[in-house]
Amino acid sequence: MKSKFLALCAATAALMVGATAAQSATLDTVKARGKLICGVSLSTPGFAAADDKGRMQGFDADICRSIAAAVLGDGEKVDFVLTNINTRFQALQSGEIDVLSRQTTATFSRETSLGIDFGPTVFYDGQGLLVPKSLGVASAKELTDAAICTLPGTTTSQNLTDFFRSIGGKFELVVFESPDENRAAFYSGRCEAISSDRSDLASIRAVANNPDDYVLLPETISKEPLAPAVRQNDSNWRDIVSWSVYMLMAAEEKGITQANVDEMTKSEDPEIQRMLGGADELGKMLGLDNKWGYNVIKSVGNYAEVFDRNLGEKTKLGMTRGPNTQWNAGGLLYAPPVR
Amino acid sequence: MSETQVLPAAANSVARPVRRSKWRAAYFGTPGNALVTLVCGALILLLAKLALGWLFVNAVFDGGADACKQSSGACWPFLTDKLRYMLFGFYPFEEQWRPLVALCLFLGACGVSMIPRVWGRGLVVAWLVVILPVLYVLMAGGIFGLTAVPTSKWGGLPLSFMLSFVGLAFALPLGIGLALARASHLPAIRLLGVGFIELVRGVPLISILFMAAVMLPLFMPDGVTIDKLLRAQVAIILFAAAYIAEIVRGGLQDVPPGQFEAGRALGLHYWQVMFKIVLPQALKKVIPALVGLFIAFFQDTTLVTIIGLLDFLDTVRTALRDPDWQGIAVLEGYVFAAAVYFLFSALMGAYSRFLERHFNTSYR
Repeated sequence: MKSKFLALCAATAALMVGATAAQSATLDTVKARGKLICGVSLSTPGFAAADDKGRMQGFDADICRSIAAAVLGDGEKVDFVLTNINTRFQALQSGEIDVLSRQTTATFSRETSLGIDFGPTVFYDGQGLLVPKSLGVASAKELTDAAICTLPGTTTSQNLTDFFRSIGGKFELVVFESPDENRAAFYSGRCEAISSDRSDLASIRAVANNPDDYVLLPETISKEPLAPAVRQNDSNWRDIVSWSVYMLMAAEEKGITQANVDEMTKSEDPEIQRMLGGADELGKMLGLDNKWGYNVIKSVGNYAEVFDRNLGEKTKLGMTRGPNTQWNAGGLLYAPPVR
Repeated sequence: MSETQVLPAAANSVARPVRRSKWRAAYFGTPGNALVTLVCGALILLLAKLALGWLFVNAVFDGGADACKQSSGACWPFLTDKLRYMLFGFYPFEEQWRPLVALCLFLGACGVSMIPRVWGRGLVVAWLVVILPVLYVLMAGGIFGLTAVPTSKWGGLPLSFMLSFVGLAFALPLGIGLALARASHLPAIRLLGVGFIELVRGVPLISILFMAAVMLPLFMPDGVTIDKLLRAQVAIILFAAAYIAEIVRGGLQDVPPGQFEAGRALGLHYWQVMFKIVLPQALKKVIPALVGLFIAFFQDTTLVTIIGLLDFLDTVRTALRDPDWQGIAVLEGYVFAAAVYFLFSALMGAYSRFLERHFNTSYR
C-alpha cells in the first residue's frame, strides 16, 4: 500500500517535471499552436480596445502583432486574452498567455518576486496632473490644499503623497472606483485636479467638451516605464519579445516603414540587410525565420507608425511623442545595434 | 327573440355606469384621491414628454459623434455603429451570424420549454442531446466547416445567457440534491451538504470567481490550463447551487412531515416519496423565490468582468469607452443595457406569475 502510494507520488512528480520541461520552450508551444496568445487590457483606448467590428486595436495590441509576425510570419495570428489589473500576472504565470502586453510598469519587485521577466520599455509614461485652465495654476507646486481625483489602489496615491511631502504641501485625495465616475467628477469641478499616468490624462483631456479648457501640468511625479512581460527562465522567448520590440525602434531609426520595406530589402546598408534578412542568419539565432524582421515591419510598421496610428496627434487621444522619441532626437528609444 | 336582443342592451346600459362610477370612486372619490390622481397623471405626462423628446424629437438619427455632441437628444448612430460589438463582443465580425442564430435558437427553445404541455423527460433529453450541443458547435465551431472560435472571444449577450441560464439549469438539480442532503438523516451526508452550502454562501461570488480564475491555475501542473470560461461557468454553478439548496430547503420544511411518513407507510422508497410526493409540493411553494434568484443571477454574471470575460453589460461599457464616442453616448449605452435587462427580467417575472397560476399556489 505504502509503496504503491510512493510510486504514485513519484509518477506524479515525474509527470509534473516532464510537463515543466515541455512548458519551458514557449517558442515551440506558440509554433505548434500556430497562434500567439497575448494578454491585453479590457478596454483602454489607444492601448487595447475593440473597434466597431470587435477587432482589437491599440499600441499594446500592435506590440502583440509584431511578436506574432516575428514568430509566425503573420501579425494577425494572435488571440487576445483580456486581463485586468488583478489577473494579469497570474495569467502569465499559469501559462494561459504567452506574453503580457498591458500597460504594465516594470518595477524591481515585480521582476524579482513574480516569476516574470520584462522586455524592453515600449512606452515611457509617468504620473502627471491635469487641471482646468481657469484655476490659473502653471505648476503642481502651486497646488495647495487641492482636492485631487484619482482611481483607487495601484501606486497613484502613494506617488501623490510622496510628491506633496517633498514640496511640503497638502492635498485632499478623492478616490473613485470607476474611471467614468472619476472623469465626470473632475469635469464637474468636484476636484481641482485629476492625477493619473500622462497617457491617460491626455485621453481625459481629449474627450472633454472643450479640451482647451484644461492644461497638463509640466511635473512628472513618477516613472512608469511600460513594458511587455514574459515568464521567467525562458531566455530564448524573452530575446524574441525584446528583439521584436527593438526591431520596431530600429526600423524607425533606419527609416524603414510598412510602405517602403520591400524597397528597403535592396538597400546597401549592411545593418538594414541584417534586419530584413538579406545578410547573415540572425533569425536562426532566435529560432525564427530569417525574414522575421521584414515580417514585423510589414505587419505593423515601425515604432513611429505604431505610435501615430494608435496614440499620436492625428488620433482622438492626440498624444505627443514626449520622451518616446529616438535617442538621436533627444528621446529615450535606443535599440541596441542589430549585428 | 326580441327579448334576447333587449337583455344584453339592458345589461350593458346598467354595467357601464357602474364601471365608470367605480373608476371615478377609485381615482376621484375624495379630494385627496383626486389630488393624487392629478399629480401622478401630470408626472406621467411630463416623464413621457421628456422620454419621447429625448428618444425621438431631439434625437440624432444619422451623422457621427460630432452631431451627437451638439444635440441634447438620444444618439442613435452610437447604437447602430456599436450594436454588433455590444451584442457579440470580440466574436469575429464575419462569423457573428453564428452567435445570432445560437441566440435565436436558444430563446426559441426556452420559449417552447416554457409551455407546460411539452414538459417531460423528452424535453430534458432534447436539451442535453440536441439543443446544447448544437449551440456549442455553433459558438465554438471547428467542425462542419465552421471556423473554430476560442472561448476567449465569446462575449456579449450570448455569454450572459450562457453563464446565467446554463449555470442555473445545472445548478438546479445540484441545489435540490444539496437540499435533500441537508435534510437527510444520515450524518455524513448531512455534514457534507451543510459544509458545502455554508462554505459557498459564506463567501461572495466575486471571490469564488477569483478563486476559479486566479488560484486554480496555480495549483494545476505547468502547461495544463482549463478553459477560463469553463472555470467561471463551474464557479457560477456551484455558487448558485448553494443558494438554490437553501431556497428548496425552505420549501421542504413547509411540507408537513406527515406527507413523508404517509408515503413511507405505503411502502414507497425514499426516492419515490421525495420525487413523487415531497419535492413537487416543495418546489411549487418556492417558485417566486427561485425566479427572484434567477433574475438576480442573470444580472450578477456581469461580475465575470473581473476575470477578463465580457458579458453584455461589459461590452456596452467598453463600447462607451471608445475614444470616438467617449463621454458622448453614456446615457444611450446604459439605457440600451437597461432596456435589454428589463425585457428579459420582466419576461421571467411574468412567467413566474403564470407558473403560480398554473400550479395555483398563490398565497391568498
